[in-house]
Amino acid sequence: MELSGAEIVVQALKDEGVEFIFGYPGGAVLHIYDALFGQEDVKHVLVRHEQGATHMADGYARATGRPGVVLATSGPGATNLVTGIATAYMDSIPLVVITGQVPTPVIGSDAFQECDTVGITRPCVKHNYLVKDRRKLAETIKKAFYIASTGRPGPVLVDIPKDITDPNIKVPYHYPQSVSLRSYKPKVKGNPRQIRKAADLIASARKPMIYSGGGVVLGEAASELTELTRWLNFPITNTLMGLGAYPGSDRQFLGMLGMHGTYEANMAMHECDVLIAIGARFDDRVTGKLDEFCPYAKVIHIDVDPASIAKNVPVDVPIVGQVKPVLSELISLLKSSGHRPDPDALEAWWAQIERWRSLDCLRYDRESALIKPQYVIEQLWEITGGNAYVTSDVGQHQMWVAQYYRFEKPRRWINSGGLGTMGFGMPSAIGVKLAHPEEEVVCVTGEASIQMCIQELSTALQYKAPIKIVNLNNRYMGMVRQWQEFTYESRYSHSYMDTIPDFVKLAEAYGHVGMRIEKPEEVRPALEQAIAMKDRLVFLDFITDRTENVYPMVEAGKAQHQMRLPPWISTDRELA
Amino acid sequence: MRHIISLLLENEAGALARVASLFAARGYNIEALTVAPTEDETVSRMTIVTCGDERIIEQITKQLNKLIDVIKLLDISGSGHIERELMLLKVRARGEEREEVKRLADIFRGRIVDVTSQAYVIEMTGDSAKLDAFLANLAPGQIIEVVRSGPTGILRGERGLHL
Repeated sequence: MELSGAEIVVQALKDEGVEFIFGYPGGAVLHIYDALFGQEDVKHVLVRHEQGATHMADGYARATGRPGVVLATSGPGATNLVTGIATAYMDSIPLVVITGQVPTPVIGSDAFQECDTVGITRPCVKHNYLVKDRRKLAETIKKAFYIASTGRPGPVLVDIPKDITDPNIKVPYHYPQSVSLRSYKPKVKGNPRQIRKAADLIASARKPMIYSGGGVVLGEAASELTELTRWLNFPITNTLMGLGAYPGSDRQFLGMLGMHGTYEANMAMHECDVLIAIGARFDDRVTGKLDEFCPYAKVIHIDVDPASIAKNVPVDVPIVGQVKPVLSELISLLKSSGHRPDPDALEAWWAQIERWRSLDCLRYDRESALIKPQYVIEQLWEITGGNAYVTSDVGQHQMWVAQYYRFEKPRRWINSGGLGTMGFGMPSAIGVKLAHPEEEVVCVTGEASIQMCIQELSTALQYKAPIKIVNLNNRYMGMVRQWQEFTYESRYSHSYMDTIPDFVKLAEAYGHVGMRIEKPEEVRPALEQAIAMKDRLVFLDFITDRTENVYPMVEAGKAQHQMRLPPWISTDRELA
Repeated sequence: MRHIISLLLENEAGALARVASLFAARGYNIEALTVAPTEDETVSRMTIVTCGDERIIEQITKQLNKLIDVIKLLDISGSGHIERELMLLKVRARGEEREEVKRLADIFRGRIVDVTSQAYVIEMTGDSAKLDAFLANLAPGQIIEVVRSGPTGILRGERGLHL
């Protein structure tokens, strides 16, 4: 089969089984757009801004585990993608990003809409290519999918000059079934000797703790994690990225850890003697002050990326491999050896944890006449049974979802954890909804974040993505305001917007349903009403208590056990 | 601690930029970097001289290994190795200086490869410390120009870094 470069791109996507491509046309990709015309196998989703395309593809990838695909033109098209690519990179999300480039002969001449896309994106992709030979196009696209989705996943960009996609020059097309790179051989299985060492250490634990992250979600190892945790009867905490890998309402689950983690999770981390870190990377938002992190613990660290191991925290038993096979191996080894940690010690440890848990650190004022943001999330959780796909933007609302929406299953919690990208929530929810049209998809956001990609409301209408938007409107950039209250003596420097749009009218202007909710008693009926509107996007604008803070909080420079609790909770009084 | 890291990488456009930008982005030091194709034209060999404590060197090697274009790497300073750097040096050589410079170059096994009435160009190889020592022995103000290639290195014995 002889195809032009443009036809090769489209045919390769079909052969790869790509369902959606999120993109925006422009000069350098017009040949590719022409090849997309009139075919239905790969559905093109026309976004309103290229950043939206990356977030939609990212949401799609997080919800399905399959790489999200993006198409944009050269120059500004490519630079608009950068935030979304960096977002995916920080959270190890597989994307294949195809960009047009100016024709090969004019590369380097400052041509119209030229930029060094490969250079600009190099620090925020797993790998990238500039294709200069159309005969290598199909193979390069295959490599991009392979690299993006194996090992520690991540975005891969393929930059294609316009002359390479020339419809008049055809070359033989062959899409390889598989590719192999001599310089890239991601590890699958863990070293058996290390796994044995880990099993021995686990058996000797008296105050064990399991700390798992996004790697368990990405590595499809939630059931192995759950099996291991239950069999050992160990306490477990999840990182922001790892929520849902272990059932959120289970007794052994201590909630999220870290800067806004629960009291019991952070205390158990601090006091534990054996820490089992699984698919997590000891991010600074987790560890707090490094010198005082888990001071009594021997650390086992399982991760597919060797560079994540011993990067921030010294590790006693490093295991490089995919979490799923490593956990299976570990489980069978533990079960066959019959070694279990001392049950009396474990019982005493659980008693201690229950004392910490009795503090009920997430309690808030349920009698308030104002809408408490936590209440909105709790109601959302109840109504959806913990099974909705929930995306978020970045800030207080994100932390409240992490704390109050107890995710029962993996891939349901979709947020920008590493880069912390405002504007991520709504477009990523569209990507999720397109992947799972029958599932409930909710974007929890704030009035500041939502305005960063608001134009995608139009895309949601065109492609029938009836997501629900829960806007926790406190008229502040809430997390900025909170830091200013705590560390800048309440000097609220530019964290307040004097002019906020009427979101009801805004939603209506985009062809959707808008609702404004101002009283606590209206919260639940409004959510129920919105969810009942199956085929409409509903924008729920909740006017919340603007002074509410996220607690507990490990402030910058503090150790994980030095949490700031809400003023209405006292450890001295309640744990005495 | 000074380390010499040898890499084999795909001879692809941008491979050097990936390595250099990794060092810049993560704040690692590069004291010297050399790169050239090998007997296999699809493979380049790079030698990086860097410094840092054990933890940093471990991260550097891990992060380099993560680059898709990097095929193999080895910290050769960890075992017996030979290190060589080429220096081309232009020095003032007038009157009595001429004999003195020549004698010194001979002691260091340098070769004078260009001569004018006012100056010599000296070619010298050795490990970096030897070249430093030669420079330290010249009289102040005598050096007109120094060009150093940066070190390259190879393991002793039969063991080698190859595909």
